[in-house]
Amino acid sequence: MNHMAQYPVLERRLRDNPWKTAVVGERRHRTVPEQPLPAGARPAQPLPDPSDWTFELIERYHAAIAATAERFGLDTYPNQLEVITAEQMMDAYSSVGMPVNYRHWSYGKEFLATERRYRRGHMGLAYEIVINSNPCISYLMEENTTAMQALVIAHAAYGHNSFFKGNYLFRMWTDASSIIDYLVYAKDYVAQCEERYGFDEVERLMDSCHALANFGVDRYRRPSKKNLARERLERAQREAYAQQQVNDLWRTLPTRPGKDGAALEHNRFPQEPQENILYFIEKHAPLLEPWQREIVRIVRKIAQYFYPQRQSQVMNEGWATFWHYTLLNSLYDEGYLSDGVMMEWLGSHTNVIFQPPVGHRAYSGINPYALGFGMYRDIQRICQNPTAEDRQWFPDIAGTPWLPALDHAMRNFKDESFIGQYLSPHLMREMRLFALHDDTRQSELLVSEIHDENGYRNLRQLLSQQYDLGTREPNIQVWNVNLRGDRSLTLRHTQYQGRPLADGTQEVLRHVARLWGFGVQIEGVDAYGNHPVMLHSVPAPTE
Amino acid sequence: MALQIIDRRLAGKNKSVGNRERFVRRFKEQIAESVRRAVSQRGIRDIEQAESISIPKKDIGEPVFHHGQGGIRDMVHPGNAEHVRGDRIQRPQGGAGGSGGSQASDSGEGEDDFTFTLTKEEFMQLFFEDLALPNLLRTHIGETPKYKPRRAGYSQNGIPNNLAVLRTMRGALGRRIALGQSAHRERAALQVQLDALVQEGNGTTDEAVALRLRIEELKERTGRIPYLDPIDLRFRSRVQVPVPNSQAVMFCLMDVSGSMDQARKDLAKRFFILLYLFLTRHYEKIDIVFIRHHTQAAEVSEEQFFHSTESGGTVVSSALVLLDQIIRARYPAGDWNIYAAQASDGDNFTNDSGNCRSLLVDRILPLVRYFAYVQVAQEEQNLWEEYSQLQSQFSHFAMRKVSEPGDIYPVFRDLFKKEGVQL
Repeated sequence: MNHMAQYPVLERRLRDNPWKTAVVGERRHRTVPEQPLPAGARPAQPLPDPSDWTFELIERYHAAIAATAERFGLDTYPNQLEVITAEQMMDAYSSVGMPVNYRHWSYGKEFLATERRYRRGHMGLAYEIVINSNPCISYLMEENTTAMQALVIAHAAYGHNSFFKGNYLFRMWTDASSIIDYLVYAKDYVAQCEERYGFDEVERLMDSCHALANFGVDRYRRPSKKNLARERLERAQREAYAQQQVNDLWRTLPTRPGKDGAALEHNRFPQEPQENILYFIEKHAPLLEPWQREIVRIVRKIAQYFYPQRQSQVMNEGWATFWHYTLLNSLYDEGYLSDGVMMEWLGSHTNVIFQPPVGHRAYSGINPYALGFGMYRDIQRICQNPTAEDRQWFPDIAGTPWLPALDHAMRNFKDESFIGQYLSPHLMREMRLFALHDDTRQSELLVSEIHDENGYRNLRQLLSQQYDLGTREPNIQVWNVNLRGDRSLTLRHTQYQGRPLADGTQEVLRHVARLWGFGVQIEGVDAYGNHPVMLHSVPAPTE
Repeated sequence: MALQIIDRRLAGKNKSVGNRERFVRRFKEQIAESVRRAVSQRGIRDIEQAESISIPKKDIGEPVFHHGQGGIRDMVHPGNAEHVRGDRIQRPQGGAGGSGGSQASDSGEGEDDFTFTLTKEEFMQLFFEDLALPNLLRTHIGETPKYKPRRAGYSQNGIPNNLAVLRTMRGALGRRIALGQSAHRERAALQVQLDALVQEGNGTTDEAVALRLRIEELKERTGRIPYLDPIDLRFRSRVQVPVPNSQAVMFCLMDVSGSMDQARKDLAKRFFILLYLFLTRHYEKIDIVFIRHHTQAAEVSEEQFFHSTESGGTVVSSALVLLDQIIRARYPAGDWNIYAAQASDGDNFTNDSGNCRSLLVDRILPLVRYFAYVQVAQEEQNLWEEYSQLQSQFSHFAMRKVSEPGDIYPVFRDLFKKEGVQL
């Protein structure tokens, strides 16, 4: 959320439910036209372009855009456009874009911060928000002019919408109708707990869970599909069962001497390291009440739901930007858009894809809109006008029809693999990409690769790695529980390229200890799992 | 392609209120501190505006595991202007610009405090909470009801002044259509028949004559329908709704003689602020009149009231006389809720105190809704003794002693609580 605010934001997208499988029938293969279908008759005059929009105008613009999208073979969910005010937009912002969510002070903080930045003019609000659902809901802000409404319809209702419907991450993980259900359930459940156990109690627990939210994610497993009623029923069973399990784990009966006591001493628990810390706590923390386990689970579920969304930012924004650009331009060529509308949306478009060079005062990393848009445009170019270099680098798409090539690129990748696959030498030169090697043991930075013949492959690989979530977050796993002694929990941090943990670690450990109920420590090992060093430890909470 | 456009603008906003409340709850300590600071710095009239609060960022952060500085980082940047492979670059300071990329900028703005604005309501709530003042304040001073006309739809009776022309005409039109339409339709049909007969050359047959008669009859019938009938008349209806008297005047009386130093004036100011705040929760419009006195009394501005220094002896009655004059000249007791608060160190010209008491009893107390006397010194002098006699006679007269800022709130509360119990 944070680093998105640095870019001119065109929209924020609602993330959808990752733990659901695709709707039956969604997997059918769809044929993509090789070339755009021919345009219809040229209109007598362009669509009217007063700066104030009306519902009738939105419908007319939408109809034109929809027809054009159809010609390009964009496959979308039906659209639902909702007009909202700036205040409602801020509300939507602060509950991480969700239409409904449980209450927590950190969302209040987000709201106050957003409101303040907005009132002071430090930040424009996004023009719209789009929710991945069927029908696909896009929020249009009432302040937008007619031209901007046309832009956001093309961007969200056709760009993002088709990405939601097509990209494998979303197909595999999302099911819009049940995320809303789950959030409603979560909100009610948290409210009930607040009532029964007090605000402070719930808030402390929530804080601790939030501290670990990024480590409450299954990176590989795929859970099953459930609806609200099933979720409720299972909760009761889960609570009873989990409590039983925990007791079993902490059984105080003495083991029979000579049987397997010695072996137990040397076994770790868990036997394999666990990457999902919250899941481990939910299942094995000895002192949590059933309702506390359920809240841990809620936070974990919602974190899981955010996870895949973070893996496709460049692709998704790039795709939407590419399509608003393509659709609106062809509408102009066919005589639907007036010059005024063109000038206005092109102004916004240019701001959105602006990539300040390194050292510029507005520079804060690579703009995902710019990179994504550049890459899709580049793929289109490679298909239409390949150079000898392109033919060498991309033999399978160079000179082929561009619509199927682009469709394939949108469907089957995430940021990391998309860049690894499609970033071309041409674009690297155009963006003048270069890599800096920053080793804190040395006083100077090293320019390790630049955009030249020898550097393309490494540069591409480095950029691809930069979008790998696995390297952006520290690798911390549950290593061991001291079953025989003080029941303390040991986490293990495997260093990546010698990077240490940041200062807040002790603080986070305190949260872990609150959930675990006993002492917690974290040890660091090098990249090969050797040389463990105790980094921090926190005693059992005393409250 | 299917499309649905929904206008959500009227669906509620403020969905985040619950989250905001939780935020304020969590940081109540810090926020209350800011409120306290704000109160001591503000003028009486500005006191209940929204307040900008800042909280140190370290208190508000949510810790997570992440990578710290150090180790090896390979970052790809755009916009290479001059570098070739193998160049070495000085590590930029601060990290936000060059090398750190997005990771550094996450912490780059970390130094600032988190600032936000409390709404007026939140500010007031915290202010009163801070004082541990219960809400009973609000209910315990009675209000004189006053009536105000409110619109209440339309009625069939009323004075011509209130005639709702549009409604009336709409009703009349409807009635005319209802009464005349069938006749009109029949007439049109007959006319067609008649025209047909005339065209065929049968314009003088019995049939045609009968048709003409019938048409005439219908014409006459429609002509008899009145354009405007008394039953069409509609009048805007107004009902009298009781509203609390919405204006109040607050008199601040203070001794500014030599013995009142700045600390004592501050005590008095705090008391006046409280009273003012209390009244703003009740009344739409509040006037404040500042009267200061030593041997003579004068009406002054707030600035002069609190900050100018005077010296000399003290004649308290001068202020009471002026108070009485102002009330009678500008604030008739029937129209205004009058509150008066007097602050003094209790020092008075000896013969004057009895005079004060009788002024209060005869002239002032019958007019005001509440009179509070606060003595910002401990020793009981003759003014205190004289006033003490009043306390038992008048329930809306109260007096207390205050010697340090911490006393103000309890005393204030106590004053109104006592009043509350008696009501």
